[in-house]
Amino acid sequence: MGMPMLIRAKQKGENTEVKVLVKHDMETGRRKDEAGNIVPAHFIKTISASCEGKIIFEGELGPAVSKDPFLSFSFKNGKKGDKVSITWVDNKDDSRTDETKIR
Amino acid sequence: MTIMNIKRLLIFFASVLSMCTLTSSVSAQDNTSEEIEKYRELLADGNPAELWELTGEELWYREAGPKNKTLETCDLGKGPGIVEGAYVEMPRYFSDVDKVMDLEQRLIYCRMMIQGLSREQATERPFGSAGNSSDIEALVAYVTGQSRGMKIAVAVSHEKEKRMYEMGKRFFYFRAGSHDFGCVTCHSGENKRIRLQELPNFMNVEQARKSYGSWPAYRVSQGEVRSMQHRLYDCLRQQRCPEAIYGTDLVTAISLYLAKNANGGTYDAPAMKR
Repeated sequence: MGMPMLIRAKQKGENTEVKVLVKHDMETGRRKDEAGNIVPAHFIKTISASCEGKIIFEGELGPAVSKDPFLSFSFKNGKKGDKVSITWVDNKDDSRTDETKIR
Repeated sequence: MTIMNIKRLLIFFASVLSMCTLTSSVSAQDNTSEEIEKYRELLADGNPAELWELTGEELWYREAGPKNKTLETCDLGKGPGIVEGAYVEMPRYFSDVDKVMDLEQRLIYCRMMIQGLSREQATERPFGSAGNSSDIEALVAYVTGQSRGMKIAVAVSHEKEKRMYEMGKRFFYFRAGSHDFGCVTCHSGENKRIRLQELPNFMNVEQARKSYGSWPAYRVSQGEVRSMQHRLYDCLRQQRCPEAIYGTDLVTAISLYLAKNANGGTYDAPAMKR
């Protein structure tokens, strides 16, 4: 159960524009702390978004993506009031789902 | 073509080439600033500071400490619990403590008095790092975000506020440390920069407003929201001055000086910086 995501979904003409701010350390597992010890890897592996149950976006992030990732994408056939739900799963098998309604 | 002519031709081309690179490097510099501005505008949309603001809001309304109270009765100068517009009037004089406080000193006070935290607990981890987030930075992000878009308006009317302002001003011009730096060394005069970082000229009102009005900010390079206490702590560090104790009056004095000089500007934080 990670930290809450900030999701914004706006209807712009035919397309729905989704912006999501994810709170996650995204540690590569190659960084060392002040004592010289490796900071363990902790990053989001997959993220997926669905609208009213239909998958609209899927991505594999991984250690190359920096801390607190920001994603922005748009999709068709959405309308105001539809529920957009986003889920991520990280390398520690932790996951988080948040949702919002399209405005 | 004689050898002399070829030489002349080569020298001519060489000088034309060097002039071309000269002019292109000048416009490359202007271009760089423009591109950085464009980059900043694009990024402003996904400012992670908003996550800190949300966390801070949660903390404001969460019962905590031995007294199990929320911060809803904390008076930031506009009355108990009034957060909207409070930051743009700070630092300010508080009669209940008979001293001038900035936001962070006031938060320490509220967390100690209302929630019953000890001074150690209330000043714990003011600057977060990966995996070790700071409650203070979250609270600061929340409170300052509630002043977004408003005009910076510190009063400096009370005797103690005036003294604090003068102290801040004095320190601004005070050269100290191993490098004999004062704030004035880097922050007066146009077009100064350190490596690729442009330095705002605080003698110029517009730049002073823009600079003060953009803190706190999410520092991309650190992945954390950094407050005014951190910004000034870092300045002092870079001046090779002794390390500023968190919540020291010196930082409040400098903040007050900078805030007053930024009066009238539109507050636009938490912002995002590299």
